[in-house]
Amino acid sequence: MIRVFVPRDTTAAALGADAVAAAILGEAARCGLAIELVRNGSRGACWLEPLVEVDDGHGRRAFGPVSVDDVPDLFVAGFPGRCDHPLALGDPAEIPWLARQHRLTFARAGLADPVSLDDYQALGGLAGLRKALVMEPQAIVDAVKASGLRGRGGAAFPTGIKWQTVHDTPAEQKYIACNADEGDSGTFADRLLMEADPYQLIEGMAIAGLAVGATQGFIYLRSEYPRARDTLEQAIAHAGRTGVLGDDILGSGRAFHLELRLGANAYICGEETSMLESLEGKRGLVRFKPPLPAIEGLHGQPTVINNVLSLAAASSILADGPEAYAALGSGRSKGTLTVQLGGNVKRGGLVELPFGTPLRTALEDYGGGTASGRPLRAVQVGGPLGTYLPEALWDTPLDYEAFAEVGGMLGHGGVVLFDDTVDMGHMARFAMEFCAVESCGKCTPCRVGSVRGMEVIDRLRAGDDREGALALLEELCETMEDGSLCAMGGLTPKPVRSALEHFPEDFC
Amino acid sequence: MTPGPEATESAVRDALDAHEARADALLEILHQVQDTLGHIPREAVPPLARALNRSRAEIQGVIGFYHDFRQEPAGATVIHLCRAEACQAMGAGALERHACERLGIGLHETTPDGRFTLEPVYCLGNCACTPSVRIGDTVYARVTPERFDALIDPYLDPGEEPA
Repeated sequence: MIRVFVPRDTTAAALGADAVAAAILGEAARCGLAIELVRNGSRGACWLEPLVEVDDGHGRRAFGPVSVDDVPDLFVAGFPGRCDHPLALGDPAEIPWLARQHRLTFARAGLADPVSLDDYQALGGLAGLRKALVMEPQAIVDAVKASGLRGRGGAAFPTGIKWQTVHDTPAEQKYIACNADEGDSGTFADRLLMEADPYQLIEGMAIAGLAVGATQGFIYLRSEYPRARDTLEQAIAHAGRTGVLGDDILGSGRAFHLELRLGANAYICGEETSMLESLEGKRGLVRFKPPLPAIEGLHGQPTVINNVLSLAAASSILADGPEAYAALGSGRSKGTLTVQLGGNVKRGGLVELPFGTPLRTALEDYGGGTASGRPLRAVQVGGPLGTYLPEALWDTPLDYEAFAEVGGMLGHGGVVLFDDTVDMGHMARFAMEFCAVESCGKCTPCRVGSVRGMEVIDRLRAGDDREGALALLEELCETMEDGSLCAMGGLTPKPVRSALEHFPEDFC
Repeated sequence: MTPGPEATESAVRDALDAHEARADALLEILHQVQDTLGHIPREAVPPLARALNRSRAEIQGVIGFYHDFRQEPAGATVIHLCRAEACQAMGAGALERHACERLGIGLHETTPDGRFTLEPVYCLGNCACTPSVRIGDTVYARVTPERFDALIDPYLDPGEEPA
C-alpha cells in the first residue's frame, strides 16, 4: 500500500500539518484510494513544512510546503502517484538543503513514525545499546571520551570526563538526568529530536546508565513542548513494555528505569543545578558548585546531567565507534553541530554540520538570507545570553574555541537572524528585561542588576548623561559577570555589550 | 469560576494519589491540580503541605516561582504570545501590541468577561517560522495581526467583539 507521510512535529503542525493530514485522508477516501497515513517526525526543513512524502515502494517523493488548499489540486495532478506538480520536490534525500548536511544525530529524523520501535530498529536503532550491554562500564566511558563529545547544552564540557566522575563515585543510587529544558530562544534541536527520534534519547540514557552504574533516569522536559511530551510519553511507555527499559534491558538482567518530568515554565531550570532542585520538587534556585552534581547531584547522589543531544549522540558513538565521531569536526570541537536557523530567515530549520563550517555558510547557503528580503544586519548566536554579531564576524568558523576568540559562544547552536529594521538598543534592553523576568533571584547582581540595567539603557537611549550612563552600564555588566553564580547573570552582559560595541548607532 | 472546597479537596487527593504523594513530584502534582481546576486555589496549599511533609511556605514558594502556576482563575482561553528574540525578529512586538489592543488587556491580564487571558512566553521552539502563539496546547506559526484575529474568532460569539 502507498504510504503517505505527514509530520506530527510542532512546527509542521503549527503550519497546518494536522489539517493537511485530515484533508489527504478525506481526499483519498473520496477518490477510493487506499493509502496508509504515517505521522512521521520532521526532517527539520522547517521552511518546507508541512513537508508531505509518499513512499510507493520504489523510493520516496516529497511535496512541500503543502497547505490544505493544495490537497485537492495535488490529487487532481495524480498524487499520491507519480505526478508533476509545482510543489513536487523529488526524492527528499536529494533536496540540496538536506543532502549537503552531515546528519549523524538527526540521520533518522523524519524517516519514520517516531514511536514505532520496529522502525527505529530497522533504521539501525538499539545497535549502540546492544554493544554497551556486553561492554565493561569503563569501556563505555572510554568510548565516549575517545569520541571527543562535548556537552551540547552550551557549556561544551567533555561528556566522557563527566561520566568518568560519576562512574568513579561510589553510591547506592546514581542518576541520569536529561536536561530537556531547551529554553534558549532560537533553539529547537532538542524538541525536534524528541519529536522525531525519541528512542535515540532513551537509548543514549540507558547507555549512560550502564556506563556509570545508574539505574534511574529522568527527562526534565519544559512544559512549553506539549507535542514532545506526548511523543516521549508514548515512546517511554512502549520502551517499558518491550523491555528496552525496565529491570531486564533486552534480556540482559541489567536495569534502567526512566521517568518523564515536566517543568513549569522557568528558563532558569535549564541551568543544571536549578534543574536538580526542580526535579526534587523545589523552587529552581541555583546551587553553589562545588559540590559538582557528578558527585552530589539529585537527592545528593552522583548524577550525570546531559543535554538531549549529548545523550542521543552516545548511541551513535557506541553503534559506529568513537573514531567515526572523532573524525568529524575541527580542533577540540569534534563531531557535528546542529545549527538551528531561526528568526528572520528565508530557509529556517535544523542544519547539522561538522564543526568548523563558517557561520556565513549557515546563514547564506542554508538560510538563504532574510525572510523579509531586506539586508541581514545582526545575528545572535547561542541563545538569549549569546553575542550579537555584525557582518564583519560572520566568517567565524562554527567551533567552540573560534567563537570564544571573537567574544561569542556557540551555546546550544541557536542562530537568530535580524534584518536592518532591528533596533539593537531595544534588543540590549530586552536582554536585561529577560534576565529580570527569569532570574531565580539568588544572586543580587542578576536579580537587581538586570532591573538597573534596563533603567540605565533607557537613560542611555534618552541621551540623558550619556557618558555617565555608559560608565555605569560597563560597571554593572562587570558586576553581573563577576558576581553571579550561574550563566544567567554572568552571561546576560554578552548580548548587551556586543550590541553596544558593534551597533553603537542604535544607542543614540 | 472558583471551585468549591470539595472539588479542591478531591483534585488534591487525586493528584497526590497519582504520584504516590512523592514530594519530589511536586511540580507534576501541581500541574495535575491546575489541569483539573484551572488554577491552584489557596485552599489546596495546606493539604499538599501536610501530605508531602513540607511547610506551607515551601509549597507556596514553588507555586509562586514557576510561571505556569496560577492561584487565580484564568480566562476560558489562555493565549501565550512568544516574546523571545526569534519571534521579535519577525514582528512579535507589533503582534503583542495588536493583541493587547484587540482584547483590551495587557499581558498577565484577563478580559473582564473572562473569555481570554494573555500571557507572555519566552520561546515555544518554533523559531524558524515566527512569530509564534500558543492557544491551549496548539502552537501557531507565522502569526500576523490579521491571523491573530482569525485565530481568536472561533472563541467569540458570532458578530461579537471582545469586551
